[in-house]
Amino acid sequence: MMEKILSRHFFNAEARKLSFYLNDGGYEAARNALTQMTPQQVADQVIRSNLRGLGGAGFPAGRKWSFIPKDSPNPRYLVVNCDESEPGTFKDRHILEWTPHSLLEGIIIAAYAIGASQCFIYTRGEYLHYARMLQAALDEACQAGFFGKNIWGTGFDLDVLIHLGAGAYICGEESALLESLEGKKGWPRLRPPFPAVSGLFGCPTIINNTETLSYIPAIIRYGGSWFAGLGTPQNGGLRLYSVSGHVKNPGVYELPLGTPLREIIYTHAGGIRQGRKLKAVIPGGSSTPVLRADEIDVRMDFDSLAAIGSLLGSAGIIVMDESTCLVKALAVLAKFYHHESCGQCTPCREGTGWMARILNRILDGQGVRDDLENLLRVAGNIRGTTICALGDAAAMPVFSFITKFRDEFESHVLQGRCLASK
Amino acid sequence: MSLQSFSDRLLSEISEILARYPQPRAALLPILHACQRESGYISRDTETAVAELVGIPAIDVRETVSFYSLLLDKPAGKYHLQFCTNLSCTLLGAEESVAAACRKLGVHPGETTRDNRFTLTTVECLGACDLSPSLQVNDDYYANMSAEKVNELLDKLK
Ligand SMILES: Cc1cc2nc3c(=O)[nH]c(=O)nc-3n(C[C@H](O)[C@H](O)[C@H](O)COP(=O)(O)O)c2cc1C
Ligand code: SF4
Ligand code: FES
Repeated sequence: MMEKILSRHFFNAEARKLSFYLNDGGYEAARNALTQMTPQQVADQVIRSNLRGLGGAGFPAGRKWSFIPKDSPNPRYLVVNCDESEPGTFKDRHILEWTPHSLLEGIIIAAYAIGASQCFIYTRGEYLHYARMLQAALDEACQAGFFGKNIWGTGFDLDVLIHLGAGAYICGEESALLESLEGKKGWPRLRPPFPAVSGLFGCPTIINNTETLSYIPAIIRYGGSWFAGLGTPQNGGLRLYSVSGHVKNPGVYELPLGTPLREIIYTHAGGIRQGRKLKAVIPGGSSTPVLRADEIDVRMDFDSLAAIGSLLGSAGIIVMDESTCLVKALAVLAKFYHHESCGQCTPCREGTGWMARILNRILDGQGVRDDLENLLRVAGNIRGTTICALGDAAAMPVFSFITKFRDEFESHVLQGRCLASK
Repeated sequence: MSLQSFSDRLLSEISEILARYPQPRAALLPILHACQRESGYISRDTETAVAELVGIPAIDVRETVSFYSLLLDKPAGKYHLQFCTNLSCTLLGAEESVAAACRKLGVHPGETTRDNRFTLTTVECLGACDLSPSLQVNDDYYANMSAEKVNELLDKLK
């Protein structure tokens, strides 16, 4: 069994070059797809692979593609989500830097499967250097004839444009991303209609995360069943886990879906720094409910985490040891969501502000008895009442931190005392 | 920058950008990025000129510019220090690093030094939590920026 797919050549600058990628069998899967397979056969392999959306929501990739209407007269678009701004997540950056051709080859295959001849890669503005690396790879691939008109003589055309965002977390949300791509402020859209029916410029659009698409070439090359077999039921393959915080070796680790969180932290990321004890872990980016140290035997797949009330999300694992003040940690997150709320829905705009202010007051030693109940109430008023999932993302940490670490919060509110060991 | 003062190079870059998008307004962010690369920020005059080029009301350009944190409506210093203060960086001491920089430069977050060499801002997750505490100076990433390393860097940049 091949142990790694995307990370095999991380930290080797040669691997960014087309010649290196071609020597490794690169673009054979795309050529095969275009010359030997029908779009439906390509989609069938992806469905069989159990590849889930790796941007955060975990929606089965092959199924999403099938929502494109078969009879629309409008052009179709493929949009790559490379906004990567979920705190704790840095895997897409590694793909741009070390294996940009995996993404580009995945784009060819996906665009063919959905019948798109224009693709936009929406990259966060801060990633300018990484976007330039991707552009250099794209230029090489264009010269080789892998993009443009009549690719491999099949009559299939594909043009790719790298589009830089300009600093806004909300533009990672797919409908805000489309608004932003249309030159507007990033205000999420009401759904339905879903982007597959009416997306960019009102045309059928598929939005996939960078990592999701980067796994497509391996799926076509070795088969959907092979990929599915690497993971757990309904959670196919490997993924890139971003590990940060109080671990000895922060970084990106490519491991199967379903790898126990304990193994990722202790075996792969080297365990906790300075021999300290683990206190809490956020398993899938800042928007996912926090876990206590006694919950880390959970397997890291979408269903196992959902079963214990959390989420796999973007697999951005943030590790906090015993020296962490969890009131402070939650206040940092609350400020973030308040800052990034687009302001369109009242519960999110006002609620995120209230949560941030109450938490700051508690940190300043000015907490009052009702604060915790008020925090939970405000979070409850946001949950499920907003246009996009940022509202829920802001509410979930509040519920999970306060419920799981109530003693720390009460100590701050009632005694003005921090329970973190310094 | 009014339209008359756009350089020929910038104007031709803008028309190349416009040609690549199915609709002119979609070219707005790339055009604004190009303008900001040229003059360091986006003035009201620039907004009006861009509105004319794209064929939309100036107020729509204003709305877009004001929404995005990387589009500046006033110039930043020569070195724009952007300290991440989100969770992973805070866990590893980002606040001490920001405090060290503030002390050394004599500014608060959001301010520019009087000699216009440094602007210091705090920002949200930079997608570089493996490098925490992380810092972006203009477009470049800096890794593991403890207070000590921040002081060393500022000495070098001065
Ligand atoms: C507030 C918010 C921020 C998001 N940020 C990102 C992001 O930075 N990158 C990403 O790929 N998906 C992000 N998503 C998820 C996207 O909306 C969408 O589900 C994803 O891009 C679909 O691609 P996938 O199915 O391949 O995962 C975000 C969602 C929300 C609600
Ligand atoms: S939930 Fe928040 S971020 Fe999402 S649309 Fe509403 S106000 Fe904007
Ligand atoms: S939290 Fe600082 S780069 Fe992610």
